[in-house]
Amino acid sequence: MLGILWLIPALPLAGFALLILLGSRFNQRSSSLVGVGSVAISASLALAVAISFIGSPPPNFHYRQTLWQWMQLSNFRPEFALYLDALSVTMIVVITVVGFLILLYSSEYMAGEDGYNLFFAYMDLFVGFMLTLVLADNLLFLYLGWEGVGICSYLLSGFWYKEAANGRAAVKAFVVTRFGDTAMAMGLFLLFMNLGSLQIQELMQRAVQQWPVGSVVAVAAAALLLGGALGKSAQLPLQVWLPDAMAGPTPVSALIHAATMVTAGVYLIARTNVLFTLAPVVQSAVAVIGVLTLLAAGFSALTQSDIKRVLAYSTISQIGYMFLALGVGAWSAGIFHFVTHAFFKSLLFLSAGVAIVACHHEQNIFKMGGLRHQMPVVFWTFIIGAASLAAAPLVTSGFYSKDAILWSVWSSERGGNLLWAGGLLGALLTGIYSFRVVILAFMGEAKAPVTYRPSNLVYIPLIILSIFSVVAGFVEMPRTLGDLQLFSRFLETALPPAHPGHYGVTTEAVVQLIAAVTCLMGIYAAYLVFLRRADLAERLVETPITAALHHWWFVGWGFDWIYDKLFVQPFLWLAKVDKDDVIDLLYQGIALLNRTAHESLSGTQTGRIRGYAAGIAIGSVITLAIVVLL
Amino acid sequence: MASVPMEHGLLIAGILFGLGLVGVLVRRNIIFMLMSIEIMLNAAGLAFVVAGAGWQQPDGQIMFIFILTMAAAEVSVGLALILQFYHHFRTLDADAARRMRG
Repeated sequence: MLGILWLIPALPLAGFALLILLGSRFNQRSSSLVGVGSVAISASLALAVAISFIGSPPPNFHYRQTLWQWMQLSNFRPEFALYLDALSVTMIVVITVVGFLILLYSSEYMAGEDGYNLFFAYMDLFVGFMLTLVLADNLLFLYLGWEGVGICSYLLSGFWYKEAANGRAAVKAFVVTRFGDTAMAMGLFLLFMNLGSLQIQELMQRAVQQWPVGSVVAVAAAALLLGGALGKSAQLPLQVWLPDAMAGPTPVSALIHAATMVTAGVYLIARTNVLFTLAPVVQSAVAVIGVLTLLAAGFSALTQSDIKRVLAYSTISQIGYMFLALGVGAWSAGIFHFVTHAFFKSLLFLSAGVAIVACHHEQNIFKMGGLRHQMPVVFWTFIIGAASLAAAPLVTSGFYSKDAILWSVWSSERGGNLLWAGGLLGALLTGIYSFRVVILAFMGEAKAPVTYRPSNLVYIPLIILSIFSVVAGFVEMPRTLGDLQLFSRFLETALPPAHPGHYGVTTEAVVQLIAAVTCLMGIYAAYLVFLRRADLAERLVETPITAALHHWWFVGWGFDWIYDKLFVQPFLWLAKVDKDDVIDLLYQGIALLNRTAHESLSGTQTGRIRGYAAGIAIGSVITLAIVVLL
Repeated sequence: MASVPMEHGLLIAGILFGLGLVGVLVRRNIIFMLMSIEIMLNAAGLAFVVAGAGWQQPDGQIMFIFILTMAAAEVSVGLALILQFYHHFRTLDADAARRMRG
């Protein structure tokens, strides 16, 4: 059964090939059939593989499938090989299932767009590369998928390329992540140079054997890989690209910039957890970066007016939670949050997409309003997503995953009160900003008539994702509530278990109660400020200090401004200065020479046939003279 | 048979060729240009025949037959072109077809 593993990434790639080669001849119906169908089959295969993996686990809980040897350079022999363990099973199921639902939604959402077949081609390519990334057995193959999803992100962020701003946003996303990718590539070089292999499992074994904990090489390698993860997962200080990448179509934001690609960094760190354990400094940095990111993005999300930017900042913030979990060694809690986040965040994006279209492509939440009665289904799905994002206690999946993270941070010896307090403040912010959107966009008075009536193709994914957003949490319950640990037991076959300190159940209950109350306080605060006393929000930003703070958060803590002054402007200045240097003179001279020669020769092209004949005669006379005389 | 020295024959061929070339270059009437080209072809043929006779080889005469065949073909194509040319431009002046500006 596991032998069909290779089909899972191959099918979307085949769908891409078909669409890119013959897509211009397809009508929209067959384009979407190929695009969605290939991922649908891939999803059902992934489910079959997962069931077979759980039902009858392969020896040592992993399964390796070598497709063929990629290249051979002396002792460097990377292979196209797939590696299946509990971690990659989780990833492929989430990617294909969420991907399928989002593609199903897109088949209606994108109807009538120019380049409909291209959209599905790129989406299929993305799913294929993402599956490659998570199934890769060696880091080079993983890097192929890593760069592949990067290019798909670029192509799809700039899908509406006729507007220059969208193209610029796509370029920004590509260039900023490139910083991280360069660091990651150097990390791969370093690992290969020191350990002589890129095959992940072999690499981890050798790293443990050869490097003591905290050795310089291990720290450098882990830090370089972390650089790659920071870029891809939009964490501080490389988070600036994600809010702008919202220029793409909403299904793209849901699939690439919320559910899957941006969590590739989380996957990378979890996959190479041994390295990070060997470099405790870097692992602590992961936790600190996670906390700082989740707070910074949370404050920014609080001030945005564009619904998609709110969701983008909340994505950054939630990935911050995952990093926090990884940083304190709660590997399975981080992956658990990835799973629930993939469901509820794509649900939020897809619901927001319907709302945006219904409001005539209005993304400003202050201009939406009153959608509750006009689109009840979307209102409820959005509420479920927002509640899950805010971790509303007991009934949402977000509660269980975030609770697992916060408890691990509190109890782990690598965690600490400060990190925990940061996470808690983040939870408060999450409650406020997620229900701020609900209240502003869906409650209140209707500001525009709604004419858009989505069909079942849109509703079915929303409803399925809503169900997942609720029930996905029930596979992992804390000790205080049922003590169910299906997910972490499953992941422990691939990832090291968390080491919680020895705390009693009472302590855990108290900590959880604090977290739950914080979240409810956030929701209540949003209710109070934005619904009950709507004037309060405006009064709050009236004083100069709060207004300045509001603006500072609104522009994302001014990172764009700093990077513009620090990198972009100097680079542009340098490029301008460098435009006329000596080397360029040489090339300009060559160009000038060519131009002169061209002009003088083209002057002889007169169209006078007698002139040509004379030319031939003179030429042959000269040639003959040379032959005879020399 | 009192043989003509090869140099004389070749000289005549050369003179004929030169006359044809001058004709092509100075004439503007396209029919005369075609005729001049025929003269040049015949000059080349004459050179072959003279050379063949001089070296007592049949190759020269064979080549002349080839040239004759080719000349016939060339004339038919050339005349067809001239007809079209006249049809199009209503003149026989070769320079009238000048459209390129260099």
